[in-house]
Amino acid sequence: MPDTTLDLPLRGLRVLDFAQFLAGPVAALRLCDLGAEVIKIERPQGGDLCRSMIVNNQKLEGDSLVFHTFNRGKKSVAADLKQPADLAKVRALVASADVMIHNFRPGVMERIGLGYPEVRALNPRLVYGAVSGYGTTGPLRDKPGQDLLVQSLSGIAWLNGNAGDGPVPTGFAMLDVATAGNLVQGILACLVRRSISGTGGLVEVDLMSSAIDMTFEQFTCFLNDNEQQPRRHEIGNANPYQPAPYGLYRASDGFFAFAMTPLATVARLLDAPEIAGFAQSEAFSRCDEIKAIVARICAKKPVQHWLDILEPAGIWCAPVLDWPGFVASEGFAALDPVQTIRTGSGAEARTTRCPIRLDGQILRGPDAAPALGADTAMIFAGLADR
Amino acid sequence: MNWPLEGIVVVDFSQFLAGPYAALRLLDMGARVIKVENTAGGDLCRYHYLSDTRIEGDSTLFHAINRGKESVALDLKTPDGLAAAQRLVAKADVVIQNFRPGVMARLGLDYEAVRAINPDVIYGSISGYGTKGDWADLPGQDLLAQARSGIMWLSGNVADGPVPVGLPIADISTGANLAMGLLGALFRHARTGVGALVETSLLESLAEMQFEFLTTFLNNGRKLPQRLGSGSAHGYLGAPYGVYETAQGHLALAMTPLAILGPALDIDALTELAGQPDAGFAHREMIHDLIAARLLARRADEWETDLGALDIWCARVLTWPEMIAGPAFRALDLVSSQSATEHSSLHFLRAPFSLDGRRQQVCRAGPSLDANGAAIRSEFGV
Repeated sequence: MPDTTLDLPLRGLRVLDFAQFLAGPVAALRLCDLGAEVIKIERPQGGDLCRSMIVNNQKLEGDSLVFHTFNRGKKSVAADLKQPADLAKVRALVASADVMIHNFRPGVMERIGLGYPEVRALNPRLVYGAVSGYGTTGPLRDKPGQDLLVQSLSGIAWLNGNAGDGPVPTGFAMLDVATAGNLVQGILACLVRRSISGTGGLVEVDLMSSAIDMTFEQFTCFLNDNEQQPRRHEIGNANPYQPAPYGLYRASDGFFAFAMTPLATVARLLDAPEIAGFAQSEAFSRCDEIKAIVARICAKKPVQHWLDILEPAGIWCAPVLDWPGFVASEGFAALDPVQTIRTGSGAEARTTRCPIRLDGQILRGPDAAPALGADTAMIFAGLADR
Repeated sequence: MNWPLEGIVVVDFSQFLAGPYAALRLLDMGARVIKVENTAGGDLCRYHYLSDTRIEGDSTLFHAINRGKESVALDLKTPDGLAAAQRLVAKADVVIQNFRPGVMARLGLDYEAVRAINPDVIYGSISGYGTKGDWADLPGQDLLAQARSGIMWLSGNVADGPVPVGLPIADISTGANLAMGLLGALFRHARTGVGALVETSLLESLAEMQFEFLTTFLNNGRKLPQRLGSGSAHGYLGAPYGVYETAQGHLALAMTPLAILGPALDIDALTELAGQPDAGFAHREMIHDLIAARLLARRADEWETDLGALDIWCARVLTWPEMIAGPAFRALDLVSSQSATEHSSLHFLRAPFSLDGRRQQVCRAGPSLDANGAAIRSEFGV
């Protein structure tokens, strides 16, 4: 292993995070995890709206716990971009930065004078990342780019749940996280290019394109299959395009997941001659009938009974865990995917860590998110010294 | 302008989705991706049909994931095959693999072995559950990783059993995380010349996917999020957040103050509740039921227009045929099509980002097995 423990890839780089809420700040968080200095630029009155979005009544040092989840390890500068004096200081900060990220609606940064052409004139080496809901053209460009709404508009809500259900959205902000990932990839690629060419670039991502990318394998099937809307399985649906027995089954004491398995193998292991009567090609065309038989058999015995039969035969299956089960599991302990963060005054919370391991090291950051404007004076003073 | 990763060579030993997805993202940024496939049929994904669609003998899925890549078939268990692979990795900038832990070491192509040949290589490794502990040898499959991560209790309604995310969220998020790590390492390499080992796993990526909720759970005395009786969309957010049936179609409502929603929907009880702190949590089911009853009166498109005009965050719930028929989808310019035969076209999705105002144009199909074998053998002196 190379001894690069302290040499995080983005060490020495400065990232300005003008974004609020989720996709933009999470992209900046990942750059922070990879070693960059991330400075949030926040409005003086209340800052990032996420500070006051208290979920489940949980706070840390006056800000929402969710805010700390998205903004741990960053610095904060309070500046009113509508005030010329503040804007001038922020422009000086932009001149000193390597990357900036924003998620204002299209046109807002241009009106402030911080659109890409102006920023490039100010700092040609800067990589400029912009997040929008639906791109910068088209009829939705001014609509709110919010996770649930984009799930609804992108067809994702019809992939989850069973055939008899209405639309079932994924119950967490999957598109914000995916969009953040796409932005980080684009920014890092432009930094690689900058190290050769010396010039920055513009990276644009949007929630809608990221939603479609999340479904890309299924959506490609749809596009090449006469544009037929996929039909969810009647029971235990886990992917409308997968054949029987793929999905979830209720055992006598809980649930388990059963992944792709040839029907003949299913028939043999479950001792189900009625399944042996189906041709493998019918795993698609008679999926619901076959799954109903599998479900009837599986309901009779506990989860472990089935795992003990299926796992030794090399069949891909797993018990369905809830969070208490997951957090208590051997697999969770081995990966150690959480860390403790601390505020300046010592308040603590546990949160997830960067999911990337580098040179055998887990990337951890012990700092909580900054108080609003905590670093304003120091950072602006630092500019004067440059 | 040039694509950022032009000149970068990626040698990809991975199969199925997570690893090849990471390679696809690098390809979309300009890298050259060489798939190393087994000689007995190649990437298993070639035969993994979703529905009955296939393109030129390989599954549609395979083409979706491997468009624009090159293929060379090698039997890594023979001395000749291994020697050829060593020639390839010797000249690679990036190597990707997603075999189970230990397999690449047995083949003599793990990070240490590759580094001995190519000291500044950037080596990306994907596992299901990391490389140690009881779960390390379990199959790293998307649905199974979802089952183990707790994610199945976040979607659907309270009376439902577990509801998986109906798309391969573990694979895709893992591929994205690997791509980020590889790109970070490529940047460090450009600055310092050192290589890197980048690792991630399905389970770490699913923990990260749930980070907003999992952090809440870990700090609130481990109270679980509650799904609603119907139309649930987020276990820790108060009403009205959710999905509602209408006279025709469904409508999603995001976070909206009751003081605005009450008058907009003409529901006095909502307006009265607006004064109460935390009403959206305290009376979540009741508020949801009141809104649900009201929204049944009109069509989703009518609600979307009228509520949208009041700046209320809402959207119709669309199917794919409805989505692609609309101008918003066309404005994204996400699909590239090419004619396959006289009568048919192939359609591929493009990258989910644009660089310097352009989306990558790669629209070639996936390679047939060993399509580039002869050219690559000659180029790399195999």
